[in-house]
Amino acid sequence: MAQKVLDALTAKFPHAVVRTGNAHGDEVAWIKRENLIEVARWLRDDPAMSFDYPLFVTAIDWIDWKPQGLPPDAAWNESKPRFTVCVQLRSLKHRHRIRLEIEVPENDARVPSLSELWPAFNWQERETYDMFGIKFDGHPDLRRIYLYEEFVGYPLRKDYPKEKRQPLVRRDDLLINPIKRTP
Amino acid sequence: MAVELTTTRLEDAAKWAKLSKMERAQNWGRKFSLFTYPFVTACCGMEFMSVAAPKYDLARFGAEFPRFSPRQSDLLMVVGTVTEKQAPALKRVYDQMAEPKWVVAFGVCASTGGFYQNYHTMPGVDQVIPVDVYIPGCPPRPEQVLDALMLLMDRIQDGRGHSQIAAKREELIASRTEE
Repeated sequence: MAQKVLDALTAKFPHAVVRTGNAHGDEVAWIKRENLIEVARWLRDDPAMSFDYPLFVTAIDWIDWKPQGLPPDAAWNESKPRFTVCVQLRSLKHRHRIRLEIEVPENDARVPSLSELWPAFNWQERETYDMFGIKFDGHPDLRRIYLYEEFVGYPLRKDYPKEKRQPLVRRDDLLINPIKRTP
Repeated sequence: MAVELTTTRLEDAAKWAKLSKMERAQNWGRKFSLFTYPFVTACCGMEFMSVAAPKYDLARFGAEFPRFSPRQSDLLMVVGTVTEKQAPALKRVYDQMAEPKWVVAFGVCASTGGFYQNYHTMPGVDQVIPVDVYIPGCPPRPEQVLDALMLLMDRIQDGRGHSQIAAKREELIASRTEE
């Protein structure tokens, strides 16, 4: 349904669109990171596009990804960037959707912020920063949103230990603790 | 060892009259006038409302009046999941309550963390505050809550609550240092 959006996008920005695709009925465009702002601005402002409804920003960690169908001992050495940042947009006027995906390497996990174009992305980008540690350049207030300031690391990265807790309250000063209470 | 529950006030009064100790009288008064502080964080709160509502009627046991100020309550009901971020708030609420005080962990999340085995959930509120009675269930049935309340009342009558034991220990330590 939104194939015409992908066609228009590819015709308008042939240098910015890496490839396009269709994932379970949702149109996806892989965008180069340095062209994201101009592509997003055009998607928002062009009357034929008018993506006025920002759905979500999130990220994917591909640290242990292998393509399906390979035998388990097959060597797999395609250099794929570790993270993908997904930006899902929707147009209430024309009733079409598009997903922009930006591939981000691990050693330079930065993406230009879209919160100027769509203010609703402010907290979503903070959440992505909180969980994945991806920095959004130009964000007005990039702090942790769910976790506390003392938290070290990014818990939704797949190399974060699954049950590693970082308590705020010391566990050994209970009311009935005999170590503390005995004079 | 089976726990003998006293279910009616007459039974309980007979027990008290037989023992006739000042402490027993105090505890008898305390156990029938529990003022709850509902620390409700998650879906178990619906079940807590059900217990407090007329059908199951927590008021039959004297615990009818939820006070939303920790200074006016003596039973802290931790209802639902408590995260690591929330632990300082829970500890502070507990510290603000007047002695003697009791804690009930309502549901598996408050008791053990439940199915959250991950970075953000505290594995049971007993990591931070002492808990007197644990109620299993996700969420627990109202009957389980009433059962736990009766168990707690029994503990209060016997002076086996955590804060009661701690007070006794402090008394003991003070008397020994005087000698």
